[in-house]
Amino acid sequence: MIREHVDILIIGAGPAGLAAAIAAREDGIDSILVLEREAMPGGILRQCIHNGFGLHRFKEELTGPEYAQRDIDRALELKIPIECSTTVLSVSKDRVVTCISREKGLRLIEAGAVILAMGCRERPRGALCTPGTRCAGIYSAGTAQRFVNLEGFMPGQRVVILGSGDIGLIMARRMTLQGAKVLACVEIMPFSSGLNRNIVQCLQDYDIPLYLSHTVTDIQGRERLESVTVSKVDERRRPIPGTEMVFECDTLLLSVGLIPENELSEGAGVVISPATSGAVVTDSFETSVPGIFACGNVLHVHDLVDHVSNESFRAGHAAASYVRSEKKPGLMLKVEDGAGVRGVVPQLIRLAPQEPVTLMFRPSGVFRNASAVISCGDKELMRRKAMIFTPGEMAAYSLKPELFAGLDGSLPLTVRIEKGDE
Amino acid sequence: MEQIITCINCPVGCRMTVSLNETGEVVSVSGNTCARGEKYAHQECTLPLRMVTAVIPVANSDVPLSVKTAQPVPKKLIFAVMEELKKVQVAAPVALGQVILPDVCGTGVSVIATRPLL
Repeated sequence: MIREHVDILIIGAGPAGLAAAIAAREDGIDSILVLEREAMPGGILRQCIHNGFGLHRFKEELTGPEYAQRDIDRALELKIPIECSTTVLSVSKDRVVTCISREKGLRLIEAGAVILAMGCRERPRGALCTPGTRCAGIYSAGTAQRFVNLEGFMPGQRVVILGSGDIGLIMARRMTLQGAKVLACVEIMPFSSGLNRNIVQCLQDYDIPLYLSHTVTDIQGRERLESVTVSKVDERRRPIPGTEMVFECDTLLLSVGLIPENELSEGAGVVISPATSGAVVTDSFETSVPGIFACGNVLHVHDLVDHVSNESFRAGHAAASYVRSEKKPGLMLKVEDGAGVRGVVPQLIRLAPQEPVTLMFRPSGVFRNASAVISCGDKELMRRKAMIFTPGEMAAYSLKPELFAGLDGSLPLTVRIEKGDE
Repeated sequence: MEQIITCINCPVGCRMTVSLNETGEVVSVSGNTCARGEKYAHQECTLPLRMVTAVIPVANSDVPLSVKTAQPVPKKLIFAVMEELKKVQVAAPVALGQVILPDVCGTGVSVIATRPLL
């Protein structure tokens, strides 16, 4: 089989892949190829027709398709080749990518650097161990979103939503506006992981009740879903007998979390972090396999696309610099999760970085009037107070290069949340 | 009259109590922790506004067209806007930003396309 060669190959033409490609091209890399399995670039933004995207990056509120189009237009302007309807089957540790499409068949492409930008997928019903029958009418919220917004049909008319993540909330509103009756949004935790704005504008605006500390404990229906049973849970999330409520409905939407889609990464031997379910990366977004980079939701699930784009621009620059062999990986400083912190990215930082390093993480719970503290041994590099930390909002702090002066890598950097007065 | 609302400006989500007089004017706001909250409370209790986004079928395409109100419209008109959109007939090609329905429900706000459709 003929082997093609490109300098930088990017897997995925969503916001992460597009931003990485744009950055690499702007750094003067001529040979770039973006592979996308869908028929069009834009990724998940194509089906996110609601507004609220781009406030940080463009200082205006765009809908998902509008946000995506800006990057698509820029990529076209820069003549970046994007091959759609092309599925990557595997990536090897020496960066040979096997892909397939109807048009070009099976191909092997050698890449100087690979950028993983495959995004994430929704946690399915099977991961929840919800009892009940396996009837039709149970969808992940994102699948329903695709049906309504991209394919133009409604999955059902009487709806219960399990999970109060943003996609579930957004779909509660969409289904209501398109004529369905949304009976309830059910959340097992005592708080919603969705934005306040979405709770107000997607549930309260339409009088849709939000049941916190509740979960679906039974699913009934032979062919099609007929009803779900919802029970209150105790502080250890166990259903409390006697609290059952039955909702007659034909549709159950699941909005119960997102998981980075890392099958290809694992095939290449990339080390995955149990905290983020994404690759372990350096401050250049390089994974444990030299020349393979990761950015966007495949690296860790973001709340805002603006942050995906910014991270991916940096990954694109880093990959460009790698193919020109400008940066030599030297000794690394390890970054560890401290109290109240889960999944700091990056997990490794080069000693004496030349540019500011952004550390991102998710708080493990809700903390009020607390401080984010970054330290190394006895040395405190940063302390920032915030009125609230919540798992629903990723925290990000940029550290100037001079803060790393004197650190030799013998001790790890620790990020923690120090509790204040509640 | 008192209204209790949740501030949407940031993740703190302050619960604010808004006092209104007989004519519906805001007399006082409490429970907010910043000025943005007070401003939001005034808007939300006098004339709440929302962006409306939707998809509409396209005569010569399998793919529906996503649209939005170019500006926020009064919240009470959300369903009226959706009804008006049901009557709209559109055919490809459509350009991003193209006006699909001018002056929807007498608001002076246009509904525009949020994606190109070839």
